[in-house]
Formats: sequence, C-alpha cells, structure tokens
Amino acid sequence: MQEKIVGKAAVRKEGLGKVCGRAQYIDDISLPEMLHGATVRSSIARGRILGIEFGPGIPWNEFVIVTATDIPGENEIALINHDWPCLAREFVNHPEEPILLLAHADRHLLPKAVAAVRVQYEEMPAIFTIEESERGETIVWGTDNVFKSFLLEKDDVDAAWATADVIVEGEYTTGAQEHLYIENNGAIAAYSREGQLTVWGSLQCPFYVHKSLVKLTGLSEEKVRIVQVETGGAFGGKEDYPSMIGAHAALLAMKSGRPVKIVYDRAEDMAATTKRHPSRIRHRTAVTRDGRLQAAEIEIALDGGAYSTLSPTVLSRSTIHAGGPYFWPNIRVKSKALATNCPPHGAFRGFGAPQSLFAVERHMDHIAEALGLPPEEVRRRNFLKPGLTTATGQEIREALDLEKLMERALAESDYYAKRKRFDRVNAGAGTKKKGIGLATFLHGSGFTGSGERYLNSLVAVDLTAEGRARVLVSSTEFGQGTNTILCQIAAESLGVDYDLVEMGPPDTSVVPNSGPTVASRTSMVVGKLVQSAAHGLKQTLLASGLLAEGYTSAEFVAAARTYVAQHGSLRAESRYQAPPGVHWDDRTYRGEAYAAYAWAVYVAEVTVDLTTCGVTIDDFVAMQEAGRVLNPVLATGQIEGGVAQGIGWALYEKVVWNRGRMANNQMTNYIIPTTQDIPPIRVFFAELPFGHGAYGAKGIGELPMDGPAPAILNAVSHATGKQFDAVPLLPEDMFLRMAVRQPEPAVVAL
Amino acid sequence: MARLLDVLRRDLQLTGTKEGCGEGECGACSVLLNGDLVNSCLIPVAQADGAEIETVEGLGCDDRLHAIQRAFLSCGGGQCGMCTPGMLVASAHLLRKNPRPDLEAIREGLNGNLCRCTGYMRILEAVERAVTIAGEERS
Repeated sequence: MQEKIVGKAAVRKEGLGKVCGRAQYIDDISLPEMLHGATVRSSIARGRILGIEFGPGIPWNEFVIVTATDIPGENEIALINHDWPCLAREFVNHPEEPILLLAHADRHLLPKAVAAVRVQYEEMPAIFTIEESERGETIVWGTDNVFKSFLLEKDDVDAAWATADVIVEGEYTTGAQEHLYIENNGAIAAYSREGQLTVWGSLQCPFYVHKSLVKLTGLSEEKVRIVQVETGGAFGGKEDYPSMIGAHAALLAMKSGRPVKIVYDRAEDMAATTKRHPSRIRHRTAVTRDGRLQAAEIEIALDGGAYSTLSPTVLSRSTIHAGGPYFWPNIRVKSKALATNCPPHGAFRGFGAPQSLFAVERHMDHIAEALGLPPEEVRRRNFLKPGLTTATGQEIREALDLEKLMERALAESDYYAKRKRFDRVNAGAGTKKKGIGLATFLHGSGFTGSGERYLNSLVAVDLTAEGRARVLVSSTEFGQGTNTILCQIAAESLGVDYDLVEMGPPDTSVVPNSGPTVASRTSMVVGKLVQSAAHGLKQTLLASGLLAEGYTSAEFVAAARTYVAQHGSLRAESRYQAPPGVHWDDRTYRGEAYAAYAWAVYVAEVTVDLTTCGVTIDDFVAMQEAGRVLNPVLATGQIEGGVAQGIGWALYEKVVWNRGRMANNQMTNYIIPTTQDIPPIRVFFAELPFGHGAYGAKGIGELPMDGPAPAILNAVSHATGKQFDAVPLLPEDMFLRMAVRQPEPAVVAL
Repeated sequence: MARLLDVLRRDLQLTGTKEGCGEGECGACSVLLNGDLVNSCLIPVAQADGAEIETVEGLGCDDRLHAIQRAFLSCGGGQCGMCTPGMLVASAHLLRKNPRPDLEAIREGLNGNLCRCTGYMRILEAVERAVTIAGEERS
C-alpha cells in the first residue's frame, strides 16, 4: 500500500491529555452557581402511583423539584416508538423508573432527600421472564407484550424436513450484561435567560439527545445545543440513556434557571440504566449425513424490558445474523422482542448479534457431534463463499475465503494437535480437563438495510485561520479511536502530516449530523465521507492556484492561511450515497442487509477444574478479516477489548434479578475480568479492502464481542464431554449442570 | 468526613484522579499515600494528614512525561482514559518496587485496577515497554 498515514500506528489524538490526567470528563466540570440533581425512582416493578409525600427533616423549600407535570413538551424519550416516558406520571412499569427529580447546591444532601420522598403505589401484576411474557396471561405492553417481530424466509424450509438424513434441535440462552464503562452516566444542563438550552454529557450520539430534547422541551432546534465531553467508555450504554439523564438535567435547569449536574454513582448506574438483552434461541436443523446444511428453523426471543427503546433494531440484527457465516439453501427465522417489567434493555456492542451467533455456533458443535464429524469440518462444508447467498438472499461478491481464514486460525492455535492430545489426556483420571473450541462468525458493518440511506449522514472538513484542517462530524470519541482514525483519513486524503489535522468540537451547534456513533459504522461509513470531503477541500485549494501538486505540509499550511485570509473560510462537505447494488426491502427482509461484513474465526483453549468447576482460558486466537486496518494499535486494542468483554459475558458477568431489579448492582459482586483473568489474546488480521469504506476499511468495533462466548463454551464442552448451552457459565452454573441431569439436545436420526 | 478522593478532586481541583465505583473495587481513584498504593475513595482525609500524596498529575506532563506515560501513548494502553490515571499510578508504583517485573508480576501488580476497554493486553505491553525505556535512559 502506498498510503503514508493510513495503516500506521498514529498516536491517539487526545492521548496526551488522557495520560496527563488533564482530559475533562463530565464530573470534572463545574459551572458557576451549579446545582446537583438526583432522581427519585420506582421501588416496585409495576403499579399505579397514588401519591407522593415529602418526609420530615429535609429543608424542602431549598430544593428544586420536577415532576412529569413540569415537562413543557412531550413526556417522551424519542427513539423509535413513543412509549418511553422521561418521568413516570401515573404508572410505573419497572423498578428504578424515574418519577421525580430534585436539585440542590449541596451534593451530600441529595441522597437523604431522595430517601425522604415516599411514593405510594397500588401494585399491579408484573412479569420478569421471556416465558412469562409470551404466555400472555399478564399483558404489560400493547395488546400482546410483543415490541416487534420479524419473519425472514428463504425458499422452502417445510419441504426439507421430509428429506433430511438427520434433524438436530437445540435451545440456547444468554443473560443480561452490564456495560460497566468505568465512567458512569452524567450530564450538565444550563438554560439561559434567552431561552437557550445547552446540555454537556458523557454520550455517543449528540443528535439523538438533540432530537429527544427538542421534543421534550418544545424548544426550536436552534435553541437546543448538545455537547459531548470526554467520555469514559460507552459500548452502546451511552447510545440511548444520555437522552434520559440529559433530559432530567435539562428539566431541573429550566425550572431553576441555574446549571444542574447529574452524575450517577455506580449503584444507580448499574440498577437503572440499560443492559444487553437476555435471549432464548431455538434451532431446528436438517442436515445430510455428510454434514451439508439443508434447512434451518430458528426462533429468537429477546427480553426487551419495560419499554421498546432500541429493541426493534436490536432484534433486526439478531434476526439477520441468526444463520451465521453459512450457506442455508432453506432458512426461516422467526423473531420477537418481548416486554417484561425489567428496566429497558438497550444497545450493547454487537447489538443482538452476539446472542444469535452464540446460539448458532454452539448449535454447529451439536450438529458435528450428532454426525460424528469434527466441529471444524461441519463448518468448512457449509461456509458462505463468493456466489452463494446469505439468509436474506445477499450474494457474496467479495473474494471471501473463510476456509483459509479458519485454517490460519487453527494453525496459530495448534488446534489439530491439541484437540487430539486433549482427547487422549482427558480420558485419564485427572480432575483437570483440557478443551479447545472454535467459533466462526460474521458481523454486518453499518446500519441494517436501508438504515444508512435514512441517516443520510453529512460530514465536513474546513480550514482554521492557522492553516490547519479540521474534521467536523457528530461521530464521537469514547475510547475506540474515532478522533485518531478520522484525522488519519483526512490527513491521508489531504496529503498533509497527521499533526496538521484536528477534530472540531462534538457540538451540535458546530458540526453537521454524521449520524450516531454506533453499529461499527464510523471508520467505514463516516471515514469514507471524511476521505471524500477532504479530497474536495484539497481540490478547491489546488484550483485556487495557491497550492500546486507535489506540495509539502508547510506549503499546504501557507496556502490554507492565505485562502482563509482572502475568503474568510473554506469548507467542503460530503453526504452519504449508498454503494451501487445495495437494495433492501424492509417488508420482506430480502436484499443486501449490510454493505459489508467482517468475518472472523476465534479459537479458545481452556482448562476446566472438575473439583472447583472453574474455567481458565489458557490461550485465545482472534483471527479476522475486517477490511483494511487503518491503525494497527487501535484495531488490535479494539479486538482485545471486545474479546475481554466476550470472556466476561461467557464466564463471569451475571446480572442477578430480583423482581425486575438488579440485585448485584455493585462492582463487588458483578464481576468483570481483571488482569489476571485474561489469557494472552493473540490478534491477527487478514485484510481484504472494501472498496466503499475509507481506504478499504470495514466495521470492526462490534465483531470481537460475537466470538468469545461460543468459542469458550465449545472448548468447555470439549473438555468436559458435557454440553453447556447457556451463558454466563459461572462455576455454580457448571456445578448444577453436572450435578442435575438435564436432557441433552435432541438428535433425530431419520 | 470527606474522602481523600473528594479533597483531591473538589478542593484541590486535581481531577485527574477518577471515581469509578466508590467502594474500592475498580482502582480508578488509585493514588500513592506515602508511597503506598491506595484507593483514595476509601481513605478518610484525616488518615492522609501530613502524608505525601502522589497522583497522576505528579507523574509528569507534556514534555516531561514519566516513562510509563510515554509507553501508554505508544502502546495504546489507554482508550477511553477513565481507568488510565489509576492504571498509570499503579504501574509507576509497581516499577518502583520492582524495576524489572515479569509478565506475571505485572498482572498481579495491576489486578486491583479494572479496565473495560483494552482487555489489558496493551496495558501489559506498555508496562513492559516502560521497563525498556527506563533501562535505555539509565544506560
């Protein structure tokens, strides 16, 4: 490759501020006269609010108090549907639902005041599981508890059962997962005398918050300004919830006329904000005796919690990823997202795909076992390849070679020799068993189907008076490397040094709407727009005669300064256009579900201690094809971080529910991996540049969340000879599974 | 009584030290108290009376970076940056006690500092790099 900056390990743009402790996160910021806000939340799962009492011992006249009646516009957090209230008015539908807001100058008085507010309820029947929700005896949402359902069908599934050699069935479940970003949710709002509302926050999507607050406040779009400040991790957990906490701070600021800060403590953040959707997925597969997949019937059920929030789109991604990276001549996927009286589940890295890929990748191992074939062999015989079509009928047009990718991963992990050796050693009497397992998977980059077309993203690149280039996007940095990658792309496209490019402020009053920072779309989709806007800016400078081809960075700066001095400014924009040949039918769910897919093969090696039921991961190979790697250090960091979260989801992280409330909402008893729990994660990239992504990039951020759980459980099942089909798999879960005989997945030989 | 963390962040405006959990689990608030690594969210400020406190701001800044800060930058040890100050302080503490830690010693030395972004690999590599940088500077 001839690029000078793209593909290199450019140092993180905002890295110096972060290592010096100078980066300003929301709780590091104070405004003059600022009050602190807090939230009174529902203590029950479902019921009618009968009254609110303000208990003794608190100087209530010093407090700013906001209820639903103070909302100037619509009492709604605007996402897809219109069902999520900003503050409960008559009914509560989940524990921790916000009811009332308080603000006071003394931060330490707030917990006492919150505790002194007594809400009386008339309790109503509540439901907490997928099974209770689908039984429909208690309806808590709409007419049937169903937020959304999809039916995806390819050819004739029903005809395949009659001719199948073998039918394999299985049921797979996954638990909720807490994002556990190290920085909790927080926002500051200020409302000026002129009626200008500004909200600063730890957030992913400034224009989501903007849209929601315009509706809530009834203010015009120009009167609402959202600014993202340094954000200490998000992983999807700051996609929807900032619209809630931002709204709360805004309501208190508008009522008091003073700036108001709300920053959750860890317990509140864990109990009240969104998590990954729990899932139950059933597979029924027709397969030939030599391991060719004939037909699949897949039923997906997600627990969406009490309000629909982002569940319809999470379910969409689950549905499309349900078949994995395999060719299915016939497939039917029936999916539904259901209401329960838990806090709403929301976006979390992977967005529905990890649940589906866990199920299909465990199921592939069951199929292999049923047929007496090695797991890798069943996969090899069914991989998607150029010319074949996915479940939605999308033809593979890139030079995809999954077999080669898998062989590389298996070679790096010494899979064949180890599998043979472990089989031999495990047959002995020892209580420590070794296993090795793999998962092969895909992840669609960018919004699903016509999503990118609806987003219609716009980016700009302009020049500063000092002759530097500035990237103007609403795409935000929260650790994944947005600032660095986009500056690398702009610098490459402009033909100048990386140091001469800076990011504009993530402020809705300054930057155009380049869409939300989600769905593995920033490098590929937004990056491509930055590349083209920067190119446009360069062409204008060249055409002005101030700059000649073959210029140095210093000549660029000189020309840029002169241009800005003469003309006042120079700004080039670029708007999204769908790559040719991308067609999608929202009604039938047929067509090009994603403009591109990243592909991967992960291999986990484990030791299972049968005495303690503890699992140690000894080695982890993460092999992926995610298009061109724009920055090897950042890309590797994304994969390693995603793998660690996947390890957590598989083996450590269990949300314990007590009538819809998270019972273990502390870091003390919700366990994420530490430095001593993570194996060597060995990351490899095969690069197949994607023509419509920035310098060949595809999406990368979510991919590594998909593979670890099935690879690890496949390895644990290999080690123990027992089938484990649910995550998380904590030692107590393994103990119960070993102690209590449960039915093995059904295999029907015909 | 105020926690050492609050005195640092609010009274002294040294906001480099972060609060992650408030119960001594995550290590985002790690500082050195008379050379010992502590979670400042668990220290009543009276306990710090007369003590020497070292925070991330004391490690170095801009053109006077500590070797561990330089290594974090080049290895990608920090992503969102929220665990980074505590992680840097814990790493510096480890390197003072043990200037040439092996990988197991690094894993053990940082096991009280949680990171949700990196999966720790880049952090472990950064500590190893800092050992090399420090070695080069000595010679």
